[in-house]
Amino acid sequence: MDSLKIIEAILFAANRPLSEEEIAALLIRGGETAGLLFELESLSAEVIRQMMLEYTKRLEETSLQLVSVAGGYRLATREEFAPWISAMFDEAKPPRLSSPALETLAVIAYRQPISRAEIEAVRGVAVGGVLETLVDRAVIRVAGRADVPGRPLIYETTPFFLEHFGLRDLNDLPNVEELKRVKLPDPPILENPQQPELLHESSGHTQEN
Amino acid sequence: MLNADLPGWRVSLPVFDGPLDLLLYLIKKEEMNIYDIEVGKITQQYLLHLDMITQTDLEMAGDFLVVAATLLYIKSRTSLPEEESEEGEDPRWELIRQLVEYKKFKDASFELQLREGRREKIYYRETEQQRPTIIPTGLGEVGVFDLVKAFQRILDRAREKEGFREIYEERYTVNDKIQYILDRLDKEETVLFTALFNDVCSRPEIVVTFLALLELVRLKQIKARQSDAFSEIEIYRGPTPTLV
Repeated sequence: MDSLKIIEAILFAANRPLSEEEIAALLIRGGETAGLLFELESLSAEVIRQMMLEYTKRLEETSLQLVSVAGGYRLATREEFAPWISAMFDEAKPPRLSSPALETLAVIAYRQPISRAEIEAVRGVAVGGVLETLVDRAVIRVAGRADVPGRPLIYETTPFFLEHFGLRDLNDLPNVEELKRVKLPDPPILENPQQPELLHESSGHTQEN
Repeated sequence: MLNADLPGWRVSLPVFDGPLDLLLYLIKKEEMNIYDIEVGKITQQYLLHLDMITQTDLEMAGDFLVVAATLLYIKSRTSLPEEESEEGEDPRWELIRQLVEYKKFKDASFELQLREGRREKIYYRETEQQRPTIIPTGLGEVGVFDLVKAFQRILDRAREKEGFREIYEERYTVNDKIQYILDRLDKEETVLFTALFNDVCSRPEIVVTFLALLELVRLKQIKARQSDAFSEIEIYRGPTPTLV
């Protein structure tokens, strides 16, 4: 049997993205039942990737596309058909994320796990309420506590974040190389004698007076 | 977002996401080079907006004031003659660096917004079937929050069992329980999470046992794993048992 057809059937029936490993495992398991021998060694992630490329070509004649999202593959309709599909659904879309929320989310996405104070140092505003919204919308979650004085909560993005923005993984973020490297301003609680924060110095002066 | 240039006689102020956002807007409006900000001019403009903001948005007013103070401080330092000013780099540098970094993240957030828009236009098949999937996911190590969830189940079970009973002094300490867990792991290679609570009946003892477990996880003495989604959590010795 044509393995690509098997994969197509699996993707059609799946209700979430499937990774290369999952697809390989399903080929083997199903093969056992069907009396078709697939060998694990011949189904490396690279082999599956090649098969998916092959399958993408097959889809060219159709209105479907293979998307690579949240660590796996999914079948989806092509963008240009959105008007007709949305005509079918009575969609009450959740409101789009506000621009402060998106800014905060961007800082978290590139620099996770990150504490609230560190985010605030980048954005220059308090982000308490915004963080709550982002947790409610399930795009970020608490990742634990930082190993610094006060043990503040630290935040990370969720798999749903990747799905919501159609990202394969965190390296799929726009301009990721540069933004991962950018040195963040130090949050004000940390003393850093080599590079005195301007905000610090100014508050220090008022205390002296 | 910037709607300051709307036609009409009323001045409509754009909404700013924070003081840095306002600064970027002013720098753009005044056609300044971000690396060579004219502090005097920008401070003046900033203070004009500050008045409006502190009146309308109390929540962010404090953050705007902090940056105002920074601007005034930089202005005072740049207006001192070169020799008398304190040693060190350009006083504007910290702020410029912060602005440049902020701008990078802001640009990235616009990019994310575009992605969100594109993602909204594609549709996955709406699968209604609610069959439980058995795809092997290789869950492996579990996190603290999985432990907390499992702990909650133990507590719920204890609540069911709780009835009238004699009240006696609780004699368990976290230290005792740490020793107990380590002893068990010396004898057995892995211990089921629930097995740690098997002969424990009082809630304080359950809590103390759990605290001991968390402490050991924190000290990286033990690890917890789960072979698949609904199986029991197992506790085992971490690979590098070094006492802190």
